[in-house]
Amino acid sequence: MLIDVMFSALLIAADIPDTTGDNTDIMATSGAPPKPKSIWLVDGPPPHPADNAPNEHRHALGEKLFFDPKLSGNGEVACASCHAPDQGWADSRAFSTGVPGTPLGRATPTVVNSGYSLIQMWDGRFASLEEQALGPLAAADEMNAVPAQVIAYLVDSDDYQNMFGKAYPGEGITLQTLAKALAAYQRTIIVIDTPFDRWQRGDENAVSTSAKRGFEVFKDPNRGNCAACHQAPHFTDHGFHNIGVPELRNTGRDAGRHKVIPIAVLKGAFKTPGLRNISSTAPYFHNSYAKTLEEVVEHYIGGGRNVPNLSPSMKPLQLSHQEKADLVAFMKSLDQIPAQEEPSNE
Amino acid sequence: MNRVTIATLLTVAPFAFAQAAEHKVTQKDRKFDKQHIEIKVGDTVHFENQDDFFHNVYSLSDSNFFDLKSYPKGESRANTFNKPGVVNVECAIHPDMKMVVEVKE
Ligand SMILES: [Cu+2]
Repeated sequence: MLIDVMFSALLIAADIPDTTGDNTDIMATSGAPPKPKSIWLVDGPPPHPADNAPNEHRHALGEKLFFDPKLSGNGEVACASCHAPDQGWADSRAFSTGVPGTPLGRATPTVVNSGYSLIQMWDGRFASLEEQALGPLAAADEMNAVPAQVIAYLVDSDDYQNMFGKAYPGEGITLQTLAKALAAYQRTIIVIDTPFDRWQRGDENAVSTSAKRGFEVFKDPNRGNCAACHQAPHFTDHGFHNIGVPELRNTGRDAGRHKVIPIAVLKGAFKTPGLRNISSTAPYFHNSYAKTLEEVVEHYIGGGRNVPNLSPSMKPLQLSHQEKADLVAFMKSLDQIPAQEEPSNE
Repeated sequence: MNRVTIATLLTVAPFAFAQAAEHKVTQKDRKFDKQHIEIKVGDTVHFENQDDFFHNVYSLSDSNFFDLKSYPKGESRANTFNKPGVVNVECAIHPDMKMVVEVKE
């Protein structure tokens, strides 16, 4: 009796259900051990710095800031102007234009799942979303904001006074709290429940047979070899590679990551993007060289153009028409919105 | 043998006969298997890639700058650390791969 009581107390303390009942029977009767969890599944929201835990006030403030064009130098460009929710939280243009109207040097990366990124930007020059947030805001060719004017505008607003007070009590309206709010908001823009994810959790009907075959091509080192860099679970190695994308403009070669870290292997190298929601974020690559996922696949089949410092991981691929189509079907299964075509058993 | 020669021998001998040590670090699952190692000046560290993809090893430190380029699974490349100091070693391809080599006199 005493043992019983103690055991129950332990169970309560550990907050685990009593396993002496039905569960044990099920465990005893089911023959095969449970399938191990897929390494490709993502559990829960992104990690956050200790001083910027998510809450509803931070989310609300970050959202208001993200969509507010008045933060910019001319009052017309918000974060959302280039990271548009209806365009995969990026934009469909090859190069965005900021306040001065001149095209930027690189394509707009999506905000989706950026909270899971271990490093930010195409060239990784910011370590965290908090650091990143102030970059585009102050950049002359992007939002062209004068920090002192941004703070003055926020301090003048009763709404913002109220919201900053609730989100960051005692911390004031500063560039730091502005960046923290934007980061906290962006950590809520996540896509982790795609048809592919549902399939990985066991729903065999969540994706088409073509997508399933495409995933095998994707992982196979002798076929797609895509997973060498697009690794589990976020379809990225958080790394930098020169994949031989040709330059589109005659402004000279973009040195990419090499401008940040002057190590030879990084010349012309850019960050491996994650792939969830990929079908919503055309065009592709750091300079929007590929307009469609089909063009992306063709680029890799060619092994990348013969550019200086091409990654040794890039080599021409031998893929059938079916395998190419399967790869595209697989990538489309990574969209939160279910793919158009019905799952089939071809 | 005069006194000067004896003094020279005594000073040089411990260095001349000290064996430089070899150390091994592996790269596996996008990690260095050790986060921190302590070595002596003149020691060599071998970095072996056990992953199915390429890795790099470099340090931008003033005391021990080096760059082992990129190399595939099964290959090992080495660097000899000739100056004392705390050396931050990383993979340039995968910036989350970091370790520290502490080089002691
Ligand atoms: Cu590496």
